Amino acid sequence: MTWKQMFTSSIGQKFVMAITGIFLITFLVVHVGLNACIWANDNGEMFNTGANFMASMLVIRIMEVVLFAGIIIHTIQGLVLTAANNSKRKVGYAVEYGNRGSKWYSRSMGLLGTLLLLFLIMHIYHFWVPSRLGGIANIKPLQEIDYSNGLGKQYHNLYLEMIQVFQNPLIVILYVLGCISLAYHLMHGFESAFRTIGLHNNRYLKMLRHLGRGFAIIVSAAFAMMPISIYLGWVK
Amino acid sequence: MLDAKIPEGPLEQKWLDYKGHCKLVNPTNKRKMEIIIIGTGLAGASAAASLGELGYKVKAFCYQDSPRRAHSIAAQGGINAAKNYQNDGDSVFRLFYDTIKGGDYRSREGNVHRLAEVSVNIIDQCVAQGVPFAREYGGLLSNRSFGGTQVQRTFYAAGQTGQQLLIGAYQALERQIALGNVKMYNRHEMLDVVVVDGKARGIIARNLVSGELERHSGYAVLLCSGGYGNVFYLSTNAMGSNVTAAWKAHKKGAFFANPCFTQIHPTCIPVSGEHQSKLTLMSESLRNDGRIWVPKKQNDTRRAADIPEDERDYYLERRYPAFGNLVPRDVASRAAKERCDAGYGVGTSKQAVYLDYADAINRYGQIEAGKRDIHDANPAAIIAMGKEVVKEKYGNLFDMYEKITGENPYEVPMRIYPAVHYTMGGIWVDYELQTTVLGLYSLGEANFSDHGANRLGASALMQGLADGYFVIPYTIGNYLADQIRVAPMSVDHPEFIAAEKEVAERLNRLMNIKGKTSVESLHKRLGKIMWDKCGMARNAQGLQEAITEIRQLKEEFWSDVRIPGEINEMNNELDKAGRVADFIELGELMCLDALQRNESCGGHFREEFQTEEGEALRDDAHYMYVAAWEYKGDHNWELHKEDLVYEVVKPTQRSYK
Amino acid sequence: MEHYNMNLTLKIWRQKNVNAKGGFETYKVTDISSEMSFLEMIDVLNEDLINEGKDPIAFDHDCREGICGSCSMYINGKPHGPWKATTVCQLHMRAFKDGETIVVEPWRANSFPVVKDLVVDRSAFDRIIQAGGYISVNTGNAVDGNSIPVDKDKADKSFAAAACIACGACVAACKNSSAMLFVSAKISHLALLPQGHPERKSRAINMVAQMDKEGFGSCTNIGACEATCPKEIQITNIARLNAEYLSASLSSDKD
Ligand SMILES: Cc1cc2nc3c(=O)[nH]c(=O)nc-3n(C[C@H](O)[C@H](O)[C@H](O)COP(=O)(O)OP(=O)(O)OC[C@H]3O[C@@H](n4cnc5c(N)ncnc54)[C@H](O)[C@@H]3O)c2cc1C
Ligand code: HEM
Ligand code: SF4
Ligand code: FES
Repeated sequence: MTWKQMFTSSIGQKFVMAITGIFLITFLVVHVGLNACIWANDNGEMFNTGANFMASMLVIRIMEVVLFAGIIIHTIQGLVLTAANNSKRKVGYAVEYGNRGSKWYSRSMGLLGTLLLLFLIMHIYHFWVPSRLGGIANIKPLQEIDYSNGLGKQYHNLYLEMIQVFQNPLIVILYVLGCISLAYHLMHGFESAFRTIGLHNNRYLKMLRHLGRGFAIIVSAAFAMMPISIYLGWVK
Repeated sequence: MLDAKIPEGPLEQKWLDYKGHCKLVNPTNKRKMEIIIIGTGLAGASAAASLGELGYKVKAFCYQDSPRRAHSIAAQGGINAAKNYQNDGDSVFRLFYDTIKGGDYRSREGNVHRLAEVSVNIIDQCVAQGVPFAREYGGLLSNRSFGGTQVQRTFYAAGQTGQQLLIGAYQALERQIALGNVKMYNRHEMLDVVVVDGKARGIIARNLVSGELERHSGYAVLLCSGGYGNVFYLSTNAMGSNVTAAWKAHKKGAFFANPCFTQIHPTCIPVSGEHQSKLTLMSESLRNDGRIWVPKKQNDTRRAADIPEDERDYYLERRYPAFGNLVPRDVASRAAKERCDAGYGVGTSKQAVYLDYADAINRYGQIEAGKRDIHDANPAAIIAMGKEVVKEKYGNLFDMYEKITGENPYEVPMRIYPAVHYTMGGIWVDYELQTTVLGLYSLGEANFSDHGANRLGASALMQGLADGYFVIPYTIGNYLADQIRVAPMSVDHPEFIAAEKEVAERLNRLMNIKGKTSVESLHKRLGKIMWDKCGMARNAQGLQEAITEIRQLKEEFWSDVRIPGEINEMNNELDKAGRVADFIELGELMCLDALQRNESCGGHFREEFQTEEGEALRDDAHYMYVAAWEYKGDHNWELHKEDLVYEVVKPTQRSYK
Repeated sequence: MEHYNMNLTLKIWRQKNVNAKGGFETYKVTDISSEMSFLEMIDVLNEDLINEGKDPIAFDHDCREGICGSCSMYINGKPHGPWKATTVCQLHMRAFKDGETIVVEPWRANSFPVVKDLVVDRSAFDRIIQAGGYISVNTGNAVDGNSIPVDKDKADKSFAAAACIACGACVAACKNSSAMLFVSAKISHLALLPQGHPERKSRAINMVAQMDKEGFGSCTNIGACEATCPKEIQITNIARLNAEYLSASLSSDKD
């Protein structure tokens, strides 16, 4: 069995989905943890410090590349699989199969993923592009403030950027929708990924199902609360 | 005189000696020899795989869409083998003896002993193939007991033993297909054997998807086409089970032996209405715990629960105190029929008796309460615990019953009635499984060989696999070794052309009748004649009437059957028509056979020949033979007798009182 | 159990052969007893059609006991109809009400082409087994059946997986037309037994390769197959197949 044979096989392709998916999940853990710092209500100091600390680490910069690669691979592979699977039944049924045994969101991973992708593009445009590449047209240029963390370096004020972006109710709504997509994507994806990589112990699968659902809901809710609380002015 | 070619020598040496002396075919020659196998049940699949492994070129045929769907898949209970893993006194001899006795002394000692010998190898082979037999906690194989024996020698895989064994054989077969040694022809029906110079050299088969006729040639033809219980229309057999392959062979010179020996299984779900298409078996194991009864009053229409204990007739316990509900199949079946005929039957059809678990539930409940140290349990709690135990033991059977009848067997007694289940009769074969046509063999239920007048539970699977895995690989070599100088047969040989023409003409004839009656309704009528007059109990007058009626039915069939559709397409009605036409002819022979056998033995019960208590009365002095019928043209058969010689076992009257 | 009779409207897929274009035909059947099985109801319809000189509906069936795996009808949006853990041949008319309309379609998947009406070609399953769904042991090679004890728990799990009847309902139910439940049942059956160990790597690799070649989809772990399977084959088997396959392919030493 060559690598090529493996990664072009149905299970091999799913393996790619699962590994990248789990990787993205671990990224979400870091991401949500860091972003939660905005609720420290210290005018973003803790958050910015954390964010900039991360940005200063080489490992993290490398991981960022890996993260992008992960998203791209996960996306492409996901769309390829969805298209392939959708082509396996040329003549369809007159009466749809319906919900027996499966949830609508489990059957809609392609759709949810696409929504996530659209969301991610917006998200990257809002935060990653200005912080890494500087400037962004539709929001006011940001001052570069020196947060003295003892190192005396200049940092991009992501916090302020967040505050500004989430003044727009439309964007807040889009973010919340993105988080809902994420929740459903993970309601299925979390457990599924472990099945895909071969975990077949019923007891642990059951634990992972609960863990996965809990994770999906809590993490997505946490993310969703960020724009909401900023918009409602809960964050100072 | 028919020669069964039983090897000389002491019983336990015969097969050893045979194997030591039979001729062999060398590997290069095997590669050049094609063998045609009809059927992929346990017998056919095991033979095809084993012969493929040996290096022969095999072509295998089945009418289903996959070899794995052969009717063997439906066997539930188990498979016997003289392993003596339970240390309860089993041995090859005991299995041999039980089988001969169970068969009511109408089978050959030589064959049955060989069967018992190879039974142990079957289990080993199946385990090696990955058949997931039931196991004990220590990881070793588990056994259960079955009717007609005093030891535990039945291996099983829950209620799906047949399926698991067949999948084992099927996988071995698929492996040989992948290796190129076997070529599989699914959705093909064999419609004739081609005999050239007295030897079977090929077949004519119809592709059931395209309707095309095909010629296939080879050095030998193996009929592993199963039993013919569907001659009764309603039976526990699969809808497609048929006699066609065997019947065509019969018409080409293969004798048909003991056609009237049919097994009626006592515990089946009764007929619910006129549209019933098949009957479902409820495993024999249910009789271990259930009690069988009918009301003491005739035409009692009360619900079972409303009939008080002292108005119930536990007739098996009454008539056979020693064996009670566990008498052999033929005895239990007849007793049920006797009660229903006398007007004591239950259910809407009155053709059913109760199989009641109430006592068992109560008993298990008490035991359970004891185990759990509950001394003051109320009756409801005891019953609840009892139901749990019963569910664990028989849950899947109870579920099946409920699915079919809509009744909850935990609450109301099950209704059961006997149904046609197995045919002991079949193509006559000698010790080598060769028929009266050279190069034509028959294996499994299709042949008549090992079960005499009654088959014991769990021995058909054993026989099918014995024939396919361990007998035919030796015996066929003994014949083929002499054929290596014979040139391969061209399918353009005049005999092939003639046979194909004959088959085509018959199909055309069927299509062109364009009458008014459907195949199904004619089949139903045949079934009714057979069941009423050649079923669980027969008498000379009824059999004679049946023959007349069957002949009329045959005429009606050939002048009034209606088959829609075309000949050159998938046409299920045409397939069925061909099979029913053969069943009609077979029905006549079965009645003829039952008529000539003026005795009762095993599954064959002639009302004129019974003891005062209504038990079967054998006549060893006159009927200790195999009745082998030679086809001599329409409605015309010649009887050949193969005398059965008992050197080791002394025939006695069976008693279960 | 109360019995009742019913009149029904049936919309059934009719297709002359593989290449023909098919379509739905509507039929009425009357006085159908709730005690009949679904196939017996179709028998009644066929008998009517024959009496009218029309082509009866072709469908696969044989044992009518839920074990051979022949029967295959997609009834009102469900393979094998509305009941759980039941094949069509075991489905009884009690499941329906008087006056109902029932839509009957063949299994749908590119890998299961329609042969005629409701009959499909499932030979792809046989070819997947040919690719490795066996233990390579010739007749006569076997050691004594009790020489290798088998962990009872594993033997039971193996048996539960071996209960698959290759009906194809899992494929019919799956939005991806995936055959993973079927393949995983076979892989699990053999991988859980010590006898199956020597070949487990090549078996997983080859069977999956054949499955892909036959054109079945991949598995999204959604669970429709498990809920439809008449033999209640567990979806956990698919996870086991993934483990078998991945460990086989990751440990392969080819480039
Ligand atoms: C419900 C039930 C339960 C049973 N339980 C047990 C049990 O517990 N223990 C036991 O020992 N026995 C049991 N039996 C009996 C046993 O299952 C059968 O006797 C045995 O399986 C027969 O196997 P076979 O290989 O001879 O034939 P089958 O399995 O019937 O196979 C026949 C094959 O021949 C093919 N065929 C037939 N006609 C043609 C044709 N014209 N052209 C091409 N192909 C053709 C079919 O496609 C099929 O592949 C049971 C039987 C039934 C009905
Ligand atoms: C933060 C972002 C994302 C995370 C954490 C994530 C996570 C996951 C996980 C864990 C799985 C389960 C893998 C499996 O079943 O083996 C999955 C499946 C999937 N993802 Fe994502 N995903 C993300 C973004 C996306 C995006 C942007 C797409 C783009 C289309 C996408 C498309 C899919 C698809 C189609 C599947 C199902 C694949 C299948 O089972 O056939 N995902 N995802
Ligand atoms: S896994 Fe279930 S649904 Fe799929 S083929 Fe096997 S028995 Fe049928
Ligand atoms: S006909 Fe055999 S499973 Fe339904």
